[in-house]
Amino acid sequence: MSIPEVKEKWSARVSEVTIGATPAQGGTRARTVTIGGAGGIPFLSFDGALPHPPAIAIDVLDKQPVGWPKPLEEVYGDVWADPVQWARRAKELGADLINLRLTGIHPDEGDWPPSKAVEIVKAVLEAVDLPLIVWGCDFPEKDQRVMPKVAEAAQGERCLLGAVSQTEYRTLTAAAQAYGHTLIAASPCDINIAKQVNILVTDMGFPLSDIVIYPSTAALGYGMEYIYSILERGRLAALSGDKLMAQPVILDVGFEAWRVKEARADEEMADAWGPLAYRGPAWEAVTATDLLQGGADLLIMRHPEAIRAVREAVGQLMQGDGK
Amino acid sequence: MALTGLEIYKHLPKTNCKDCGFPTCLAFAMKMAAKQVSLDKCPHVTPEAKAALESAARPPIQLVTIGADAQELKIGNETQLYRHEEKFYRPTLLAVRVWDTLEPTALSARLEAIAGLTFERVGTKVGVELVAVDNASGDAARFESLARQAVEVTGRPAVLMSAKADNLQRAARALSGKRPLLYISDPQQALAAAAVAKAENCPLAVRAESLEALAELTSKIAATGLEQIVIDPGARGLKGTLEALTRIRRAALKNFRPLGYPAIAFTTAATPLLQVVEASTYVAKYAAIVVTDLIERWQLLPVLATRQDIFTDPQKPVAVQPKLYTVGEVGAESPVLVTTNFSLTYYSVEGEVEASRVPAYILSVDTEGTSVLTAWASDKFNASTITKALKASGIEERVAHRKLILPGLVAVLSAGVEDESGWLVQIGPKEASGISSYLKNQWKN
Repeated sequence: MSIPEVKEKWSARVSEVTIGATPAQGGTRARTVTIGGAGGIPFLSFDGALPHPPAIAIDVLDKQPVGWPKPLEEVYGDVWADPVQWARRAKELGADLINLRLTGIHPDEGDWPPSKAVEIVKAVLEAVDLPLIVWGCDFPEKDQRVMPKVAEAAQGERCLLGAVSQTEYRTLTAAAQAYGHTLIAASPCDINIAKQVNILVTDMGFPLSDIVIYPSTAALGYGMEYIYSILERGRLAALSGDKLMAQPVILDVGFEAWRVKEARADEEMADAWGPLAYRGPAWEAVTATDLLQGGADLLIMRHPEAIRAVREAVGQLMQGDGK
Repeated sequence: MALTGLEIYKHLPKTNCKDCGFPTCLAFAMKMAAKQVSLDKCPHVTPEAKAALESAARPPIQLVTIGADAQELKIGNETQLYRHEEKFYRPTLLAVRVWDTLEPTALSARLEAIAGLTFERVGTKVGVELVAVDNASGDAARFESLARQAVEVTGRPAVLMSAKADNLQRAARALSGKRPLLYISDPQQALAAAAVAKAENCPLAVRAESLEALAELTSKIAATGLEQIVIDPGARGLKGTLEALTRIRRAALKNFRPLGYPAIAFTTAATPLLQVVEASTYVAKYAAIVVTDLIERWQLLPVLATRQDIFTDPQKPVAVQPKLYTVGEVGAESPVLVTTNFSLTYYSVEGEVEASRVPAYILSVDTEGTSVLTAWASDKFNASTITKALKASGIEERVAHRKLILPGLVAVLSAGVEDESGWLVQIGPKEASGISSYLKNQWKN
């Protein structure tokens, strides 16, 4: 018995963004990472091609983190006082990109001067040849002073810089444009605001094709479904031709997953929920793979077991796709 | 798909006899389309019209019942491809598998473990609903005995899995009245199994090697009068299963009847974490039942959380109980934060307070599950609702100070709150992400 054709007739694709630049392209990266390009609902070969597997960036902080749970301390504890060592570890663990967070510049976290941030970014770029994502500290006054210097210091490397928002976008957009970087456009789980940020940034002359959408992220069990549906709606809009929603998506999976109780509570919950050593990585892995079904292109992650599981799942899901 | 009033009207007698209680046949048809009245209210409808209307009114995915009495579980009747378009109605059932080839001690341990697979998460009890009994031995007596034992020890309805219709019959009889789901793995025996399912009044799951073969098989079974069918597309592994589940859902929503049944999926990955990923993916992507070998608590918790998330009604704000919460070892000098009872808002605040490691009280005000700004705009988060919640919470007996932290987004409320409650208002950050730093660095009692 023949069954009905169920392929959807999509009229557009998710756009592609390439992060990083090789020496031939004016940078010093060993390779670049291209994300996006999906022509259908995620991982359905019959629906549309997915040319690039979702990429994974591993989190690196500019200084020793506070309050990271034991499973993460076991992996990074010996290197996390030094961002360069930490970035090297991230590469060893198979990162596609390094996700560097400038936390020490925050007035409450050290109030480091721009020069120190620049020094760290340069050192990481020098030590590890993967494409780089750099986030400010989310304290606008300080980010406005620091991020332009960072953008300048990394000129030519085509980093992904974050993040511009509906209220704070001018300085970072101008810096990204001046020094040839791509941009993360953040919105609080709201499609209309996501579009609005894209409009504001492109009104300044920044190309839509160099934007990655950050629709915010929520951990499994803690509002994950809101992000899941925002991703699905965004992807449906992109595939239906909405150019302002056609950008690839970055999700901050590790940060969100590792701050919820299921990934932190240790001995006290071991009987009810099983050992943290397995439960934590599982929480991060499933947050990632659930959200990948909604439609995401770049995941920031932390634990190697979670990363391995996501890679394996993506490998299976991409059979017959990709390059 | 639901019929419109005019489509229904075509099948009615069009005599406007008013016997149904409505002034005209068209009015009756309109009410029927709105599902406010059923066809049996019309005494004059012809059997042909009745058959046509009933088959058209059947939901695109058959509703199937597993288990009996207090343990009755329903799957099917889904209407959407994407949860935001309406919602997913019937949460995926999880079944943990046992094999009748296991040694008695291993078997008992496994059944006991399944019996205990219930969890408490964010104030809700969740767990595994079914025990899947696999006739791996091929032996009828062993299968029957395990079927009885599994249902008794786990206290859950069973999925009885066998390649032989005769074995299914024997096990089903042993569980007479409990309405297990029969699963026939050999497509050649599917029709024989359908006869068993009909005789024993059980639903039947069937497997085929392709969707085309599956559609053919369900049509044959439906022709025998058995409509309580569950379908296994036969695909295994993440990719094949995801694609098959999606094709089935899409075809069913196009009203393709032979695939209009709830689907059953199996996790088969080599490593436990991959099986966790597999199970979660199938829960999100249209499986009505997931059968898994997973049994550890850390393995099932993320799958259950995925189910809780994905099957949340997106139209309905999710609320936490409006009350006074504590984080850490609070004392008489601990800060008091006020927020709404929208769960995403509340959990964001709670997460940040935890991260700050400053013990604190969080007063969740009843805003009918809306966020800070929405609740403020609709006047559910104002000086009097906050004061009322404050006084009713008993916080005044628990802290020595009289200072509360108001979300920065509603700083405008501070004067009113101070006047009504007599508490001093401190303005907190606008976003939850600022709370941790605020408590550590700015907040002073």
